[in-house]
Amino acid sequence: MPADDQRTPASLTAKREAAVAALADVPREPGAKKPDPILVADDVKRHFGGLLAVDVEHVEVQRGSITALIGPNGAGKTTFFNLLTGFDRPNSGSWSFNGRSLHGTPPFKVARAGMVRTFQLTKALSKLTVIENMRLGATGQRGESFWRALLPFTWRSQEDAITGRAEELLTRFKLDAKRDDFAGSLSGGQRKLLEMARALMVEPELVMLDEPMAGVNPALTQSLLEHVSNLREQGMTVLFVEHDMDMVRDIADWVIVMGQGKVLAEGPPDAVMSDPRVIDAYLGAHHDQSLAELEQEFETGALTAEAEAELAGTDAPVAAETSGETKDGR
Amino acid sequence: MDWGNILELSLRELIGVQAIVFALAAIGINVQFGYTGLLNFGQAAFAAVGGYGIAVIVTTYDMSFWLGLVVGVVGAIILALLLGIPTLRLRADYLAIVTIAASEIVRLVGRSASGRDIFGGSDGITGFSRAFYDLNPFTEPFSFGPFEFRERVLWVLVVGWSLVAICTLVVWLLMRSPWGRVLKGIREDEDAVRSLGKNVYAYKMQSLVIGGVIGALAGIVYSLFQGAMQPDVYATNFTFFAYAILILGGAATVFGPVLGAAIMWFSFQFIDLALRGAIQQDYIPSWLMDSNDVGAVRFMLTGVVLVLLLVFRPQGILGDRREIALDAR
Ligand SMILES: Nc1ncnc2c1ncn2[C@@H]1O[C@H](COP(=O)(O)OP(=O)(O)OP(=O)(O)O)[C@@H](O)[C@H]1O
Ligand SMILES: [Mg+2]
Repeated sequence: MPADDQRTPASLTAKREAAVAALADVPREPGAKKPDPILVADDVKRHFGGLLAVDVEHVEVQRGSITALIGPNGAGKTTFFNLLTGFDRPNSGSWSFNGRSLHGTPPFKVARAGMVRTFQLTKALSKLTVIENMRLGATGQRGESFWRALLPFTWRSQEDAITGRAEELLTRFKLDAKRDDFAGSLSGGQRKLLEMARALMVEPELVMLDEPMAGVNPALTQSLLEHVSNLREQGMTVLFVEHDMDMVRDIADWVIVMGQGKVLAEGPPDAVMSDPRVIDAYLGAHHDQSLAELEQEFETGALTAEAEAELAGTDAPVAAETSGETKDGR
Repeated sequence: MDWGNILELSLRELIGVQAIVFALAAIGINVQFGYTGLLNFGQAAFAAVGGYGIAVIVTTYDMSFWLGLVVGVVGAIILALLLGIPTLRLRADYLAIVTIAASEIVRLVGRSASGRDIFGGSDGITGFSRAFYDLNPFTEPFSFGPFEFRERVLWVLVVGWSLVAICTLVVWLLMRSPWGRVLKGIREDEDAVRSLGKNVYAYKMQSLVIGGVIGALAGIVYSLFQGAMQPDVYATNFTFFAYAILILGGAATVFGPVLGAAIMWFSFQFIDLALRGAIQQDYIPSWLMDSNDVGAVRFMLTGVVLVLLLVFRPQGILGDRREIALDAR
């Protein structure tokens, strides 16, 4: 694993280009087949009482790519994450990771299989120090079995190696100064960074990030973006939920849009963001105008013009508003 | 008042058998509650199972003392599994409810009339400690300054404090290992630990079993010292006493339970004797309290001290203030 972030732009674009090229011929429709999927889900449904929170017919995630999962509040993104990683049970459905079915697999086995997630509400382990948080992430630790724990010489050398790796990651995430502080004393944004770094300690193949940018200040956003694109450079696959459209546009190779539990659209960022169904899903849920006004505007064409202008990047009122409203979700 | 005598008697309690028994019980709770966040409110049941293990095997079934020891410890492991299997997958409160009920069930079954042939009813069981005292290498009393210990007590103290030392050493080794790190992680947020590939359920179970076995040792030491296994010793206040001791000494610290137990029993004895002395000398007027009230008043004073401690030093004597400060964030 490269220890620094002096990334060579050439290799960065190479990986990105490879990912984009692999996805070039994929049809831009919900449930599109990918050339080399790492994760495949079929007919996944989750009811909460009368509410159908997740109703995904078919979805695939391309290996080695950065895929964004977007959608308005309550679209079912977090619930879908929970189902895939075993934290919640679906009413029906099946999915496989690397060709291996993960249906009914408990969360810890999902993580060991190489699929690691972070949480929308950050879960730093407050009364453990930052470095202990990191060490906890390493898998296959000899000292985690009861009898060997009593014999420090059986795990000391492995512990040193783990600590070395943890310190490298902390430096990369600019948390090395906090090494021996309690994780509970970190700021919200620092906790997000710690959680992401800790997930990487597991050495996953697929990293699933639930709103990695929520609560992170704009200055840090840039470095977080680099961290996420770096994961692809290191050969990992990334699936992330995000409301910040700028981030999605900047780093995602592919975007999956969810709304009311269903996959509404799929495609490269620019194509998806100009898709009328997507704009509908977002504006329908978020515009602070009444629906009647919206309809009127829609008919007169003012709204589409506004949305198009925004998506062309001249102005970003809608995206900013959307992300502003949703920083506080679960 | 004879302060020298009061101090001497109190210091005996500082290292006495009660301190040993509750230090062991609190060490067990420290593993479960202090490090893992498991609310075991049935430590008394584990101690009772340990005590009954020896008493039933030796007295009722006339088998070997060593087998009794094994049965006491294995019984505690089985009890932990019985309590843990249905509850450890659920939220923390379920374990609390189930353990508090289990602790009463064990006591009530032990003292029930229908089980009298095996468990001796409410009188309990006697006559199982001979083999233990036969092993006693001490043949004469031991004096140390003003203190004198008879052979029997000396033997219990040596064995008891050795057990406390071994358990403390084991906890110290465990809690600085990666295994202990997983437990502390579970205490903070078990979903986070799951997401990192750890089998949380298995770790909670191990923690419950280890704490329960240490609790059984407490019951074994106490019944051997008394030469009797009486079910009513292991009522729920046994458990809450152990919790008070743990919180006094400092939860999630290695020496907290031991220090807490020693201080608790020292102060108990000290307050008791000082009050009695003061009443005898008429320093305390008889309309306020007489010597029959001492037993209750010392509990009240201990309660007041605990409340003050929690206000001014919520982390306990050995705890880390910074950790408590984090809870407020
Ligand atoms: N445990 C639950 N019980 C009942 N309803 C739930 C539960 N979890 C989620 N829901 C409902 O399921 C729907 C999807 O929620 P989910 O958290 O997946 O949304 P989301 O897409 O992650 O939204 P956000 O962008 O705000 O994080 C919501 O309507 C929510 O109210
Ligand atoms: Mg969410």
